[in-house]
Amino acid sequence: MTIWPEAMQEVGAAERERLHAKLEEAAGRAGLLDVAYRTLDTPIGRLLLAATEQGLVRVAFAHEDSDRVLEELSRAISPRVLRAPGRLDEAAREIEEYFARRRREFEVPVDLRLSKGFRRQVLARLPTISYGKTASYGALAAAVGHPGAARAVGTACATNPVPIVVPCHRVVRSDGSPGQYGGGTETKVALLEMEAAG
Amino acid sequence: MAGGQEREPFERVVERHGNTVLRVCRALIGPDGAEDAWSETFLAALRAYPRLRPGSNVEAWLVTIAHRKAIDHARASGSRALPRADLPEVPSPTGVPGESGSWESDLWPALAALPAKQRQAVAYHHLAGLPYAEVAAVVGGSAQAARRAAADGIAALRKARQRSERRRP
Repeated sequence: MTIWPEAMQEVGAAERERLHAKLEEAAGRAGLLDVAYRTLDTPIGRLLLAATEQGLVRVAFAHEDSDRVLEELSRAISPRVLRAPGRLDEAAREIEEYFARRRREFEVPVDLRLSKGFRRQVLARLPTISYGKTASYGALAAAVGHPGAARAVGTACATNPVPIVVPCHRVVRSDGSPGQYGGGTETKVALLEMEAAG
Repeated sequence: MAGGQEREPFERVVERHGNTVLRVCRALIGPDGAEDAWSETFLAALRAYPRLRPGSNVEAWLVTIAHRKAIDHARASGSRALPRADLPEVPSPTGVPGESGSWESDLWPALAALPAKQRQAVAYHHLAGLPYAEVAAVVGGSAQAARRAAADGIAALRKARQRSERRRP
């Protein structure tokens, strides 16, 4: 349609950002921001961080398809999923400090709703393994009162929705080998080496 | 959640339809209130989104919300927001009407001078790309009436444009 001047059709990137920021703010004020997310570049790649009003609910590694991660959040929590970095400022800051070796413990609230039952019990226990230390799958199973459930502990760790912040990378095989990791064994080794270096 | 059916994350809705909704808001409200209407539209959409029936035409749904927001906006601001139809012509900065620069000075006065039904039909069909049946569902009346309103609106805009081109040195 020649009737429309191009200037009316155009929507600049800066204008889109400004409008989006306005929407984020209004959604937060109205209590409609069920899931906020942002990405964060780290030494182990670009992470996707998502939070509910209760706390950090998901940390996804670069190799996970972020569209799929968002679809899962939409299905499991609420379709009111919006890119809204504001709510994730604190989580992002702590993760950055962790990778800069200026933080050994996370304080940001975590929302473990994506993990249920025994798995959730295991995850809730993980922060008791301190920075630079490791525990075996079997030892952790015993600690939650189910000695012999090492395999189930492995599954709990593999399905940890909030890796790094909930430190499943500190759970290793009883022979000391690293074992599996959602972010890849190399990443697990890199995190453990970083922590071991103090 | 209604039926437990899958719905894409709302952010995708904003990404996919944000520009169209802004163009519609510009055409309905003009430069001054368009951005407010845009965020009000998406905020209302975000609120209602979990109840939206999966498989719905999301764009038509958003246009319906923008339509209501524009009516609210017009009521709230009275006639203040609308430029007078007899506003003197302001040449576009480039001197080439409709090519670049300011649709605010070139097109908006002509759009604002249209009867509301025509302006809406033009915006929803020619800017948002809704078929006339969908336009009719938003504005009321029949598809034929929507088609007529859009055609009359476009004819009036063309005429206004020719007038302003003739007046230019």
